[in-house]
Order: sequence, then structure tokens, then C-alpha cells
Amino acid sequence: MEKNVSNTILEVKDLKKHFKTSRGMLHAVDGVSFSIEYGKTLGIVGESGCGKTTLGRTILRLVEPTSGGIMLEGRDITKLNLRDMKKVRKDIQIIFQDPFSSLDPRNTISQALTEVVKVNKIRSGKQEIKDRVLQLMETVGLAERLINTYPHELDGGRRQRIGIARALAMEPKFIVCDEPVSALDVSIQAQILNLLQELQETLGLSYIFITHDLAVVNHFADVIAVMYLGQIVEKAPTEELFAHPLHPYTQALLSAIPIPEILVERPRILLRGEITSPINPKDECRFGNRCFHDCKECRGSNPVLREVSPDHFVACCKV
Amino acid sequence: METMKSLHDPVLEVEDLSVQFVTEDETVNAVNHISFKLRKGRTLGFVGETGAGKTTTALALLRLVPNPGKVESKRIEVCGREVSAMTARQLEKYRGDDIAMIFQDPMTALNPVFTVGQQIADSILLHQDVTYGEAMKKAEEMLELVGIPASRQAEYPHQFSGGMKQRVVIAIALACNPEVMIADEPTTALDVTIQAQVLNLMKKLRDDRRMSMIMITHNLGIIADICDEVAVMYAGRIVETGTLVEVFNHTKHPYTEGLFNSLPNILNRTAKLKPIPGLMPDPSNLPVGCAFAPRCRYAGPDCTCAQPKAHWFSDTHTVACAAYERVGFTIDRPEKK
Repeated sequence: MEKNVSNTILEVKDLKKHFKTSRGMLHAVDGVSFSIEYGKTLGIVGESGCGKTTLGRTILRLVEPTSGGIMLEGRDITKLNLRDMKKVRKDIQIIFQDPFSSLDPRNTISQALTEVVKVNKIRSGKQEIKDRVLQLMETVGLAERLINTYPHELDGGRRQRIGIARALAMEPKFIVCDEPVSALDVSIQAQILNLLQELQETLGLSYIFITHDLAVVNHFADVIAVMYLGQIVEKAPTEELFAHPLHPYTQALLSAIPIPEILVERPRILLRGEITSPINPKDECRFGNRCFHDCKECRGSNPVLREVSPDHFVACCKV
Repeated sequence: METMKSLHDPVLEVEDLSVQFVTEDETVNAVNHISFKLRKGRTLGFVGETGAGKTTTALALLRLVPNPGKVESKRIEVCGREVSAMTARQLEKYRGDDIAMIFQDPMTALNPVFTVGQQIADSILLHQDVTYGEAMKKAEEMLELVGIPASRQAEYPHQFSGGMKQRVVIAIALACNPEVMIADEPTTALDVTIQAQVLNLMKKLRDDRRMSMIMITHNLGIIADICDEVAVMYAGRIVETGTLVEVFNHTKHPYTEGLFNSLPNILNRTAKLKPIPGLMPDPSNLPVGCAFAPRCRYAGPDCTCAQPKAHWFSDTHTVACAAYERVGFTIDRPEKK
């Protein structure tokens, strides 16, 4: 609380989301805390099944958190009722991963955008709504002639632009981007990344950028949090993280990225095995069985995230 | 001298290959007049975006192009035999013995109702004169080879994770010791740490068995990691081909340059992304001239009237770009040492 609260748009405190399954409790998000400043981007990296998408959705309360707090501009939105939550959703929006399944195939671009513009009630009157739709299309770089086309007539890049336009229609302050470019080809991916960056500069947006692509997050994020089995194992400003990765999982991740350049020799850390089950995890380091360090301490209890140098947090007993 | 000769002989040679899909409404030109060679023990990478014709090219090599596809070629020779002339019986032997393919999605490439051991043994039984027991034993050896304990041979695909399934697919492909292995985006469905494991495995098996390999991917990082030669495809044509060093460090084609500029550079995070404007052309309606010209910032009137001729920069490095007819033309991407 003593910290400069006015700079922070979103603060997540010890957020948990557990799902009940037939084999026990699945700890999808297990005690995640972070905060994001206005106009900044937090990148969340991790492999499939680490809980990054669930985290994104929990922040919007598209899935209800099991426990923990989500403070948007100082207000805890987990306590809000449905009506108040609807108002808050104007401020926080989401862009989904797959532009092929996140759009209604029976709605044209015009219908898809008119719908959201009407819902937010900032504009009223036919002409005003239509103007807003055209303005949104221009903002995301969709030509006006496409206004009556259906999603199936468009390529992935343009569909993702509709997804972005729908998120922007609410005039949000904050957008969760859930793998917004992973379904796109590289030349189109660069177009969308540049668009998101321009929007951030002109509209002052804050982002959570969820991805498995380290090259993209390195380019895009100010701060990166690395997730493993529902928990953040390392968090640091982007340059610091790439220069001095401390957690063995982060080190392995970074060394595994294929770099499109002919390099002399790159030491590569190959991990044993694969991600373990997030159902009823034991109280031990969740990365322990794949780790190249061999230590007794992490078998006894799960290491906690602690600050090892300014703004650089790691959860590993070897550091 | 004999061995020297066989070292330089191509195991796979393709000349003027085209694949069209003809329907009532339109003709889709998926692959247009491409030629390439693959030498023994080498790895050739095909890189390009969705719809560039990479997978169709691979399918044509196996004669697996689905209907209504029409394959035309002057020559598709693998291990000295013409593929287009093979009978159904010969094809059955050819696929597996000479050439094998690893498909992109390990989740759908395996049959869910048979154990993985059976699926590997099936391909051995089909190709080798062995008893069922011997085939199962060989299948267990193959599993061990790709890093899966032999005791898991009686399990079903759904009991394996994505990375393990891809290892099983690799075991099936390698069971009959093919000369050429085609890998079609083998790690796209996998996580980056698992991808590193699988790529390492493939490199090791390739080197141990002195196999030749064709690696199809959209990831230039994987190309740099595993390939000796590169062919860049755009709209069904090879626009640039050469050794890894030539294509990566002495890039000549504007499209290849565009691909590199679109990638976030992990070694320099502040570099601005320079995407290629526009979209791929419709393969059922390709322009007369260079298909990349509408998106190319070097394009001139000379680019749109006819297909660009091949320019040779070395014995191995060719580029199909008409701009090199102009005196003193170079692209902006600087050459590296």
C-alpha cells in the first residue's frame, strides 16, 4: 500500500483457480501475484498446460477465481456483483488466440462491430454507431470496402484485426492478449504486433501478453513472468530476464529457442521428461523432477518467489 | 573413388514438378515448376508461409497428393528410380523402404485403437520378411531408440504426451531404415523445450544412420539449427535456394529478406519489425509475372510481365528475381561475413 498506487493499473494478489476433477483438484493457477503499470506490457510465458490462459481469463472473471484479489485501479473486482462487473468489463478486454473460432460465422464485420458498439452505450443513434464502426475499422487497418464481408472470406490476419477492433470498441484501458499471433504466419504476425504496439502508444493501453513464443515476448513486453504449473517461477524486466535468467526452467527455455541466425555454437540445456500433472501437486518444487540441479531442499517444500535483485524475482532454492 | 562418387550423387532429384488441383470452378496452382536435388546425408529445408506449397511438394514425392490433384513432372527420381512410373506394389515398398514421412500433428497421425508397439510392428511386417514376434521385438528396439522405455509398447497413443507421440511417429518412419526422411513441421504442435528434445533426437538419428532429410517448416530458427541447404518457397515456387550460409548471410531475394525482417530478433529487442505488406496471392489466380511483385518494395514494371529468370550467385545459390537484371541492384539487408 505504501507503494505508489497511482501508477498501477492492475494488481493481482495471490490469485488461485482450482478446478474440481474426478482425480482431484487441478491447480491451474496457484498463487500468482503481480502488478502492471499504466501503458506497460506484462508478458506471461510458459508451455501448454502451465495455466497462462486460465490466468488471463480469471483476471476478466470469465472464470471465477477460487481465491485471491484482482485490484483494478485500486478496486477489488472479485467482490463485484454481476451488474458492476459488466461496467468494469468496459475497462478490461481480451483478444483471443484463434481468430477462426472466436468470431460468429454468420455475422459480417459490420454486425460484429455494431453489436459491441451498441452494448457499450457510449454511442447512440444509427449514424453515430456506423461512424464509430468505420472509425474502429480504420484504427485496426481494415479497408472500408470489407464492411459487409463474413469471417470466412477473410484471412487470419484480418480476422484477428476484427478481434482487436471488438476489444477496442469498449474503449478499454487494459487488454489481455491471449496468444494473439500464434495462429498467424510470420509476415502477418509482424503486422499485428506492430498494430498492437501502435495502439498502445496512441491509446495508452496496458497489456497482459500471454504467449509461448519467447522471441515475440522479448520484442513486446516490458516485464516478463515465466509460469510453470500454475505458478510464476521467475519475473523480471525483459532485458534483465534475457541477460541473467536465474531459474533453471527459464534458462532451459531460453536456450531452447531456435534462433534464425547461424551462430557459432550455442550451449543447449535439454530438459528431462515433460511437464507433470497439475492435479493435487505435492508441496515440493514443481520443476524438481525435470531440473538439472539436484538438491534436497526443494523436495521438502515449494520454493517461494523472492526478490534477488531489484525487480528480479525467482522461486528457486539454488539461487 | 567409388565412395566419393556416391557421396555426391543425389539421392533425390526433382525436375520441373507442378501440382494442380482442378475443380469445376477453378484450378489451384499449388506447386509451379520447381526443381531441386538432395544429396546423401544432407538436409534440405523448405521454408515458407501457409499455402506456399511445401507440404504439397512433400506429398508429391510420396505420390500421396489427394484428389483432385494433378502431378506433372519431368523427373522425380529417388534412389535412382522414377517415382511417377511406379506400380502400386512398387509404391508400397518405396514408401517406407526408400522414403518416409513424419507428419505435422502427432495427435492425428497415430491410430487411437492400436497400441504403439503394434503400429510400429505393422510397418516392419509390411516391409520385411519377419515373423510377428520378431517385428514386435524390433518395434521395442525402435521405441528405445527414440527414447521411450520398451515396456510402454503395449500402451495406446492417448496415454502418451504430444512429444512422446511425435517420438512414436518418428519410430514408425524410421522402422524400415529409409534413405530419405521427410519431416513436415514435426515440432509445430510441440512446446519449445519438447521441440528442442525432438529436434536433437532427429539430428542424432540422421547422423547415426547417414540419412538424407527434407525439413519442412515455417520457422527459420529450426532451419538454421538443422539444415545444410535451404529452399525458400512462395506461391508454389522456389524463389531462393542455396546453402544455409548463402541464404541466411548473403540473402538475395526480397521475399527472404521480408521474412527475416518480420521476425522479432531475440538478440536485439528494440529492432522494429518490418512486416511484408499485403497478403499471399490467390493460388487459383496467380499473376503472369512474379507472384511476390505486388508486395515487393523493389518491384518495377519489369517484374510483372513475365516469370523472373533464375540468377546464379554461385554453383549452389540461385534466386528468381527480375530486379537483378538491373545494373547494380542489391537488397537492403546487409551481407554478413
